[in-house]
Amino acid sequence: MSKIHVTTTVNGDPVEFLADPRDTLLDCLRDQLGLTGTKEGCGTGDCGACSVTVDGVLVCSCLVLGAEAQGKQIGTVEGIANGSELHPLQRKFIEHAALQCGFCTPGILVAAKALLEQNPDPTETEVRYWLAGNLCRCTGYDKIIRAVLDAGAEMRGAN
Amino acid sequence: MRFHTPKTFEAAVAIAAAASGQTRFLAGGTDVLVQMRAAMVMPDDLIDLKHIPGVKDIARTADGGWQIGIAVSGAELGRHAGIGADWPGVVEGMQLVGSTQVQGRATLVGNLCNGSPAADSVPAMVAAGARLSVIGPQGSRDVAVEDIPAGPGRTTLKPGEVVTAVTLPPRGQNGGDAYLRFIPRTEMDIAVVGVAVNLRLEGDKITEARIALGAVAPKILLVPQAAQAIIGSTLDDAAMDALSAAAVAASTPISDKRGTAAFRKDIVGVLVKRAARIAYERAKGAAK
Amino acid sequence: MPKDDLKTGYRIVGTRPDRPDGLDKVTGRARYGADISAPGMLHAAVVRSPHAHARIIRIDASKALVLDGVKAVITRADFPTGLTGEDWNLQENTIAGDVALYDGHAVAAVAATSKLLAQDAARLIEVVYEVLPHVIDVDAAMQPDAPVIRAGTADHSVPEGMHPNVVKYIDFGHGDLEAGFAAADLVRAQTYKTEATHQGYIEPHACLGQMGADGKGEMWVCTQGQWYIRRMCSAVLGTDASQLRVTPSEIGGGFGGKTTIFMEPLALALSRKAGGRPVKLVMSRAEVLRATGPTASASMDVKLGMKADGTLTAAQVNFRMQGGAFIGSSPVGEALSCALACYTIPAVHHEGYEVLANRPKAAAYRAPGSPMAAFAVESLLDEMCRELGLDPLAVRLKNAAREGAKASYGPTYNRIGLVETLEATMAHANLKVPLGPNQGRGVASGFWFNHGGETSVSLAIGEDGTVTVSVGTPDIGGSRASLGMMTAETLGIPYEAVRVNIVETGALGVNEPTHGSRATFASGLAAVEAAKQAIKTMCARAAAEWGIDADAVEWIDGAAAPAGPNAGKFPPMSIAEIGAKMGSTGGPISGHHEVTAGGFGASFGAHVVDVEVDPETGRTTVLRYLVVQDAGRAIHPAYVEGQYHGGAVQGIGWALNEEYVYGADGRLQNTVFLDYRIPVASDLPMIDTVIVEVPNPGHPYGVRGVGETGITPPLPALANAIAAATGARLRSLPMSPPKVLAAIKAKANGQG
Repeated sequence: MSKIHVTTTVNGDPVEFLADPRDTLLDCLRDQLGLTGTKEGCGTGDCGACSVTVDGVLVCSCLVLGAEAQGKQIGTVEGIANGSELHPLQRKFIEHAALQCGFCTPGILVAAKALLEQNPDPTETEVRYWLAGNLCRCTGYDKIIRAVLDAGAEMRGAN
Repeated sequence: MRFHTPKTFEAAVAIAAAASGQTRFLAGGTDVLVQMRAAMVMPDDLIDLKHIPGVKDIARTADGGWQIGIAVSGAELGRHAGIGADWPGVVEGMQLVGSTQVQGRATLVGNLCNGSPAADSVPAMVAAGARLSVIGPQGSRDVAVEDIPAGPGRTTLKPGEVVTAVTLPPRGQNGGDAYLRFIPRTEMDIAVVGVAVNLRLEGDKITEARIALGAVAPKILLVPQAAQAIIGSTLDDAAMDALSAAAVAASTPISDKRGTAAFRKDIVGVLVKRAARIAYERAKGAAK
Repeated sequence: MPKDDLKTGYRIVGTRPDRPDGLDKVTGRARYGADISAPGMLHAAVVRSPHAHARIIRIDASKALVLDGVKAVITRADFPTGLTGEDWNLQENTIAGDVALYDGHAVAAVAATSKLLAQDAARLIEVVYEVLPHVIDVDAAMQPDAPVIRAGTADHSVPEGMHPNVVKYIDFGHGDLEAGFAAADLVRAQTYKTEATHQGYIEPHACLGQMGADGKGEMWVCTQGQWYIRRMCSAVLGTDASQLRVTPSEIGGGFGGKTTIFMEPLALALSRKAGGRPVKLVMSRAEVLRATGPTASASMDVKLGMKADGTLTAAQVNFRMQGGAFIGSSPVGEALSCALACYTIPAVHHEGYEVLANRPKAAAYRAPGSPMAAFAVESLLDEMCRELGLDPLAVRLKNAAREGAKASYGPTYNRIGLVETLEATMAHANLKVPLGPNQGRGVASGFWFNHGGETSVSLAIGEDGTVTVSVGTPDIGGSRASLGMMTAETLGIPYEAVRVNIVETGALGVNEPTHGSRATFASGLAAVEAAKQAIKTMCARAAAEWGIDADAVEWIDGAAAPAGPNAGKFPPMSIAEIGAKMGSTGGPISGHHEVTAGGFGASFGAHVVDVEVDPETGRTTVLRYLVVQDAGRAIHPAYVEGQYHGGAVQGIGWALNEEYVYGADGRLQNTVFLDYRIPVASDLPMIDTVIVEVPNPGHPYGVRGVGETGITPPLPALANAIAAATGARLRSLPMSPPKVLAAIKAKANGQG
């Protein structure tokens, strides 16, 4: 059972790793590249904790094989901030107390960022449906939704 | 497990034909990877079809229909204005599959070939009269979507056969389609019942209809009796009642963790009316 | 709504600063249970029973052990024998002995050099079972023909003639029940059922364990209580607790489900057998749902007597609960004690039975027992209010428990805030919103005791005058922030000058977990006392420096100062100055406090929910939701609101769609989030909150604890709202669309 040599880009950095053909992208990010910010909550695409972008498209990294990352641009939670400058979503999540245990937070930030990039002015309902695949058991979603809406407002104001 | 990335469908078929163990084709992967994870399926050969040119394309056919590549994701389908205008029911069915994240990967053909009687995109494809291009060791063929499901988890595709494209027929004049499903939550569930209605009007009167039901039988049903119940009508109360009765009569659901048989029969009778109303209004809108 | 007895004028308490762990948690840096690796690490996988009840005839691991890279396989034979009581329960649940007691019960475990190899090896371990008859439902398990799960388990409390699956009986109350019912104008009795639900934390259980042949070990684990992990693992393994050092990771949710062990001893036993190499063990979601956590399922009878004006005259409850195949795992005692706790009723009687069933060992889940009890009692109360044409909130206020009243469960209430909570609820704008067709409004009250418990906290002054607080209660919902705020308030220094660390078991005395809504209450109380101790030392250092009496120094705004003009004329000496000099003024300065904290105060809540029910499909949509709850004092109001939101939404899930679904074969059918339906963002509206503050006299800042009460009212509030919307009364949870539609149809057919 030979491994596959994968060359890809994660958060703008060129990386390479050896993937078992059965390894998911999530496994490779966490175990091969040490990028443990992306979480596994279910392994079946039902919770969104492992959300990443592949060539800009929001996906569950547990539903992508590591081998499929060949030549792609991967975006994870570790790449949301610009160096030490937080993304508005990250600041608003802290400011609005939009996290409790914080385990779902990386996936929600990745998903919310993808939303605001394609829909800078979403309604509350649009945010709720976009994030329906990101389960949170602590917050009841209230403060998460407020933080996303507020981050969107700030980003619109800044432009 | 061996992982293959063929550059042509012919090469994909050749790999499958040469394989001795379990083979799976990979497009969106949203079912296969889950099954691998649960050790329900342990393929010896996994054949990724996404490196084949054209699999991400959506194109007008010569007769005014649409050809959709097998790796076009739900999100990509949803962004396509032309298909959304012609076949909103097909698009809304596909877009109900999974979360935003799953939409980034999941495909029409994957949803079909998974063989689930509850697949959300399939009733609308069946109602639309969608067809598949298939290639296999014995050559190519063209097959109606409704002929693919063979029962839970099974399809009529032969070993080594792979779907190369989906074709939606020309929308034509004064047509409309719609898909509705019932789930306990607002998102993230498998359909307890799914209903697709595709119809055409002449004035206020329905002249053609195709109605397909999901999750009420071992495979997705095309129900001509339900279509007959509304053809010739203006969706008046009597036609609606006949439609509902025909859908209920055609359903042979089971009780499982997602709903009881009795509940599914109740719901299919309700949803078919609601979906017919939406399709009707869309057809009226198209006629303006 | 500040009360007149509330001390005001705090600088920090009651504000909303950023949480100290926020940056790590929004950047992906925070390290949870599965985020750690160690040199030489092995990966483990667990073999689990596919049967609800089966004798284990033979386990053959030979095919796994021949694989290169497979380092150890363990079965029950690798664990000590002779354990008793709860220790035996824990060991038995960790790995089955002669009999697998539920679908998902661990039978063997394997460690190998990679995750995939461990999983492959686990599939090669052959287990031969003799399938035994099983029972799942709590009422069925009490029937004479039910299979006996474990003969001889029942304790002395169980009356003669009961089925051997009935293992515990509880009976208490006060007042003259017969007279109470005789004095009532309306007496009603009903039966209610609730299905098991799971805590549903998004982080699966994960640990990294290492243990040598000498019994010395270390563990990194996501847990609510590192000392519980230490004690329980040591008991199961037969090692000394002090030789195991347990470090808690960040925890991705617990809700009670991470207050115990499920698989942690397996990692240690595998490590010991594999020559001491560290072993990482991470559960899949299916393992979490099959083999950890769930709460009990319940079958409950309630009888209430009410006068025409709404006064309750008597109440009788009889609850049957199963908490899996293990005695002492159901919260039947708590359920009984919570059932009538909101009201002062002259005559009350409680009876409860704990019953074994072939299900996983139940763990605590947010206010364990209280939500089920509230569903039964608050539903019947609502029915009777409707029958008598009374306002349901006014009736609750009329009967509300108050300070000085004898609680239904025995003690006399100290200062409590149910009256204030109900008054705030009745004044809320949500009650005036008009409802449309197929819409209904439901209300309910809820209760949780809260808890103190074993607590040990240390605090150290840094050389620059900043402060480190070491606490033993893992931070699940923002407690680092609240503990830092109370410490800073007490010391008179900025919030930012305090760092709160959650420490490993070697750093403090024994702490109970973050459970019972105790972290902000008990660790907060101990942190404040530790700060006061440090203040005393710092005042003494300043006094020595100034050559005055230590009693003549007081602590003001983060500095020592002479207490009045008679003490002497010296400029205040700041904490930074004291810290800078402490090496030469007597050595390091710290404070420490350890206590089994009493003085905890109950938290009461009231919820109001508006729903719309689709009469053709039975689907319920939550339109509007209000949580009103007494916090005692909200140290960080945003995280108090967060607890209210989260509790309400877990309750909404329990009420509407969450349930354990078993097949006829006794196997759990819904082992993934696709079918174990917790609420998603699009299911919900914003959740309105009102924080009532009736300070707890047992805490320096009035804290009560807010984590748990919020999950209790949603179950009955939703049932009451659905009844209002449809006329159909649901007495069984969840109120999923098939059940609601059936109830609507039965009502239409005159059977409602």
